[in-house]
Amino acid sequence: MSVIASPFDPASPGGDPLVTARGLSFHRGDRIIFQDVDLDIPRGRITAIMGPSGAGKTTLLRLISGQIRPDAGRIEVDGACIHELGRRELYHLRKRMGMLFQSGALFTDLSVFDNVAFPLREHTRLPDHLIRTLVLMKLESVGLRGARELMPAELSGGMARRVALARAIALDPMMILYDEPFAGQDPISMGVLIKLIRTLNDALGLTSIIVSHDVKETAAIADYLYLMSDGRVMEHGAPEALGRSTSPWVAQFMRALPDGPVSFHYPAPPYPADLLASAAA
Amino acid sequence: MIAALTRLGQSVLDPLARLGRANLFFLRLLGALSFLLQRPGLLVKQLHTVGVLSLPIILVSGLFVGMVLGLQGYANLVDFGATSSLGTVVALSLIRELGPVLTALLYAGRAGSALTAGIGLMKATEQLASMQMMAVDPFQRVLAPRFLAGFIAVPLLTGIFTAVGILGGYLVAVVQLGVDGGAFWAQMQAKVHFFTDVVNGVVFKSLAFGVAANWIALFEGYEAQPTSEGISLATTRTVVSTSLAVLGLDFLLTALMFGVW
Repeated sequence: MSVIASPFDPASPGGDPLVTARGLSFHRGDRIIFQDVDLDIPRGRITAIMGPSGAGKTTLLRLISGQIRPDAGRIEVDGACIHELGRRELYHLRKRMGMLFQSGALFTDLSVFDNVAFPLREHTRLPDHLIRTLVLMKLESVGLRGARELMPAELSGGMARRVALARAIALDPMMILYDEPFAGQDPISMGVLIKLIRTLNDALGLTSIIVSHDVKETAAIADYLYLMSDGRVMEHGAPEALGRSTSPWVAQFMRALPDGPVSFHYPAPPYPADLLASAAA
Repeated sequence: MIAALTRLGQSVLDPLARLGRANLFFLRLLGALSFLLQRPGLLVKQLHTVGVLSLPIILVSGLFVGMVLGLQGYANLVDFGATSSLGTVVALSLIRELGPVLTALLYAGRAGSALTAGIGLMKATEQLASMQMMAVDPFQRVLAPRFLAGFIAVPLLTGIFTAVGILGGYLVAVVQLGVDGGAFWAQMQAKVHFFTDVVNGVVFKSLAFGVAANWIALFEGYEAQPTSEGISLATTRTVVSTSLAVLGLDFLLTALMFGVW
């Protein structure tokens, strides 16, 4: 593994991590998802967790947000060990976290306006006119103030994610988790999302964690990357540094090469032997 | 051999674990009910969805069941010159058995399956997870209002089904077949007892069926695999399990309430 500046290097800006994972292990059945993983997410930055499909990226988000518990190890969010919190404390912490789900996860029986107003109505006692002002402000920031009367079924995929983003920032969280924000987006929607994630992170002083396998788009806005595969962190560092990495695995992933340490072929007996076996049969 | 034993053990343990989860689910559901004191509007909305929207099927079914009872009763009683007892036969059949049971079965098919599909879809589209991520408990916000609304709606629908059924029996027996109207109502008034029949049959049975039908529907939705096939299976399981539970409960309650055991 090449030596790359750590995000939690005290000399680097944002050296005080918001999220830390130590000795994190998690498995499903016999399958190991994470094995003894250490990870730090610096405050005020955009950190991307990248890796091939099935590398456990979304699972990591669910662990960080306390939706599931690790089998071993410890995850701390803003100093609190998230998997040791009771439901009340966990919900209290989650009021300071936003999450953008891959599907958007908008409430299908509520309009765009009511979706964004939902967390405000649930957690504040603000009068209606103030909630309206706040919702319009959030919708304006994602460019969808004019779509407030629409229902989720009337939105395109990109618009649904922007509404979900407006909802995620409704309570002005300290951190936003993005689960595959660019998956299935057309180039224009992708460009809009890239701009929004960067702008909102900087303007609101957020900490953003993006889970994605869209290398180009994610590397364009991330301050720091973690590359994960086979249940461990393969490499981490700034996007430019990883782009220059001499590691064959990193090179294959970052340049989207079809063959390399991750073989094009699924493990199988030698091809001639297979063919001869069928001929003999 | 070991594999066969493992499979056998698994086939016993899996249903037990599921039963345990269902009980924990029910306890959490009960714990979430107090939230509705703060948000009664959620209950009203669900009462409309599971109760008011179930009315057409309940009214039409009740009317036809009552009419069939009137016809069948008349065809059998006329041979003995006992058609004046037709009011009692129709009323007791509906109040003690057919009203609560058929209402619960119709409710499972109309509202129970919709509850399962709705919750399953919310799970599949990550709406429940997003709610949790917004620090909102789906048990309080989504499941408890549906459960309480169903619990209230089933006895009310049973009462309506039974009343409409008796009206259907009256229409066939008195208006169509010429049974004496006075005898129809007088016999019914004399033989149907409020506590033994109405409270036991319409009230207690339908309350028990309401708990079972809504518990099963919500649990199946909550446990559904988040795929279209998973939701489809869960919906089917809701109707089958509720039907069996209602019929089994009916046997037990009948035996207890009417002093057979």
